[in-house]
Amino acid sequence: MPTFVYMTRCDGCGHCVDICPSDIMHIDPTYRRAYNIEPNMCWECYSCVKACPQHAIDVRGYADFAPLGHSVRVDRDERKGTIAWRIKFRDGTEKNFLSPITTKPWGTAIPKLAEVPAPSEEIRNSQLLYNEPKWIRMDEGGLRTLKDAGLTLKQGVYY
Amino acid sequence: MAYQTIVEDNIDILVVGAGLGGTGAAWEARFWGQDKKIVIAEKANIDRSGAVAQGLYAINCYMGTRWGENNPEDHVRYARIDLMGLVREDLLFDMARHVDSTVHQFEEWGLPIMKDPKTGHYMREGRWQIMIHGESYKPIVAEAAKKSADKVFNRICVTHLLMDESRPNRVAGAVGFNVRTGNYHVFKSKTVICGAGGASNIFKPRSTGEGAGRTWYAPWSSASAYGLMINAGAKMTQMENRIVLARFKDGYGPVGAYFLHLKTYTQNALGEEYESKWFPALQVPSASTSARATTTSSSRRPWCAARAAPPTSSSRARRAKGRAAPGTRPGHPRPHTGS
Repeated sequence: MPTFVYMTRCDGCGHCVDICPSDIMHIDPTYRRAYNIEPNMCWECYSCVKACPQHAIDVRGYADFAPLGHSVRVDRDERKGTIAWRIKFRDGTEKNFLSPITTKPWGTAIPKLAEVPAPSEEIRNSQLLYNEPKWIRMDEGGLRTLKDAGLTLKQGVYY
Repeated sequence: MAYQTIVEDNIDILVVGAGLGGTGAAWEARFWGQDKKIVIAEKANIDRSGAVAQGLYAINCYMGTRWGENNPEDHVRYARIDLMGLVREDLLFDMARHVDSTVHQFEEWGLPIMKDPKTGHYMREGRWQIMIHGESYKPIVAEAAKKSADKVFNRICVTHLLMDESRPNRVAGAVGFNVRTGNYHVFKSKTVICGAGGASNIFKPRSTGEGAGRTWYAPWSSASAYGLMINAGAKMTQMENRIVLARFKDGYGPVGAYFLHLKTYTQNALGEEYESKWFPALQVPSASTSARATTTSSSRRPWCAARAAPPTSSSRARRAKGRAAPGTRPGHPRPHTGS
């Protein structure tokens, strides 16, 4: 289900070019509009569809076996922290979905680890990762070890 | 056309590939080396790259140890059975015991995780999966990586690791090119973390036209993880199991969704239902059984008791019943139907 661009809506801003993980959304040098240069390498990941400020990109079914005539529209809003989907079927049925994309105000919840207190020598020599064992959130005990599980596991490649 | 050569020197930690693994590596590296120079080289745009570019509606591995749901060793047993014993048990255990704190970290960062309103536990889809609203999974972890790295190079496809001139068998950096401009990039680094992707589209599918080659996995996985490491002299292990996730018509799930929702089975070239054939043998753990039994509280985790029981138990029978096609005996050779 590769993407395609409504050329009347596209203003050639290049947001889709910037975001496409497959690097297949390009700007046509003559028309100055975005287009999918290689539909076969499109994963239908919707990154460009969500990134397009003009809602000019849509995704179609495979030409050889999927029926055409549907549409999947999406509006992703980081400020509201939501993503809204509108799916129109060929027979006119319409479905709407609204989901959260984050529970925190966008861009505020992740600390800069260069600024947190540095790990102590004791933690450096332990088996713990950042913020463990606190973030394992176990009331009793910390990181599980083979010893306290009473286990010996095979090490390395043994077969 | 004049291509430039751009050299980035004095890097302490270079992260090659910023998917979910590479972004996490950059984040964790920043904590342990707060004054180090951390650089990320990513083939696409870090905000939407890797296998989670489009988001994900589940976290496929969460122990739930804090609620007594699973312990790391339970996951080792599950993976050993699932992969016919060809697993690195030590690595599995280590990943399993750290995964919970990673998931709690994601929740802290704002990833919406669905919860059971009654218990307050994460809502499960299966024994290991939890359900999330994961549309922005990748942008969220990308933000963590961007806040951790000194520099992020987008659109750089790393092609080779550089070997140290003076010290044998040591990687000293990487080279690659910008997929847009063609500029040549040289990264000189004390450490390189390879978080590159696997390989998609190795096998040619039977389908034709636009449906051909539609794998569930990302088409931009160009096997860098293998190519970089093999060329640098790394020994490849754990390559016995290959996961080839074909997609089925009108769906976006991998074929594994068939097993989950439609209760199908798989068979090998001999027509054997190999999972049930080898299941009893695989149930015998590598470590001592008694040690495991003492750590597994059956009252807290009822399925552990059911799984540990001999294969003739009710759970096994139920499993077999659900899988056997009408009119066939389990283990009876069936014509190879393809997959």
